[in-house]
Amino acid sequence: MIYLWAFVVGGLICLIGQLLMDVGRLTPAHAMTVLVVAGAVLDGFNLYDPLIRLAGAGATVPITSFGHALTHGALMEAQTHGLIGVITGIFEVTSAGISSAIVFSFLAALLFKPKG
Amino acid sequence: MTAHSADDRKAQQEYRLLVREKRPPKPVIRNAVRAFWVGGLVCDLGQWIQGLYMRWGGFDREAAANPTVATLILLAVLLTGFGVYDRLAQWAGAGLAVPVTGFANAMSSSAIEARSEGLVLGVGGTMFKMAGPVIVFGVVAAFFVALVRTLLVRLSG
Repeated sequence: MIYLWAFVVGGLICLIGQLLMDVGRLTPAHAMTVLVVAGAVLDGFNLYDPLIRLAGAGATVPITSFGHALTHGALMEAQTHGLIGVITGIFEVTSAGISSAIVFSFLAALLFKPKG
Repeated sequence: MTAHSADDRKAQQEYRLLVREKRPPKPVIRNAVRAFWVGGLVCDLGQWIQGLYMRWGGFDREAAANPTVATLILLAVLLTGFGVYDRLAQWAGAGLAVPVTGFANAMSSSAIEARSEGLVLGVGGTMFKMAGPVIVFGVVAAFFVALVRTLLVRLSG
């Protein structure tokens, strides 16, 4: 059942991204930016966690979850350390994604030749 | 409003209509269908990997999301290196751009292409060229959302 929800929710988020580009005439970079900000704002209203509980990877794999994780880290730290936590906590949850993307991309640049 | 500028505006509008008429129609429905099922499949792949980490890695459901994302990123970087990801992404559009794999693809393809300009200025300086906007706007949005919410919670008690 979780696979069905992951497929439907993840697919719908991608579909929204495609419509932003085709109908909204946004560049891919603008569309991704809109989705990330949307994820950050949804988490501010506690609306993204229910989506994760429903759809699992369907909500954690799309780029919207990056915005959600940024807000989430900031809110978590703010709860324990006060207002300064908003700054210290932003990258708390997203470390895995950003760090691995940097390390693997760097290694790939050493290993692979540009194509085309 | 002078008659002249009204004429101008009319001409501009006619021109816009003409451009819209001559532009080949975007296959909106086809693109949307592709984005939906390819994006859905990528998420299901993530769900499957997450299940592996939960079963064999001793992660609970929430903690398994991190290694899952890292694994998807590794796969995307490898596929980018072999020149496969960009070809698939051209076909699938947002279906491969919106998942975290698209983020990894943007970073690794920038890094690989800039290799000839050197490690520091090329790879290091260019890696975030396409992925940068997502990080900048994500962080700024998260900052203000978290700030406002923290302040509201404080004020209300």
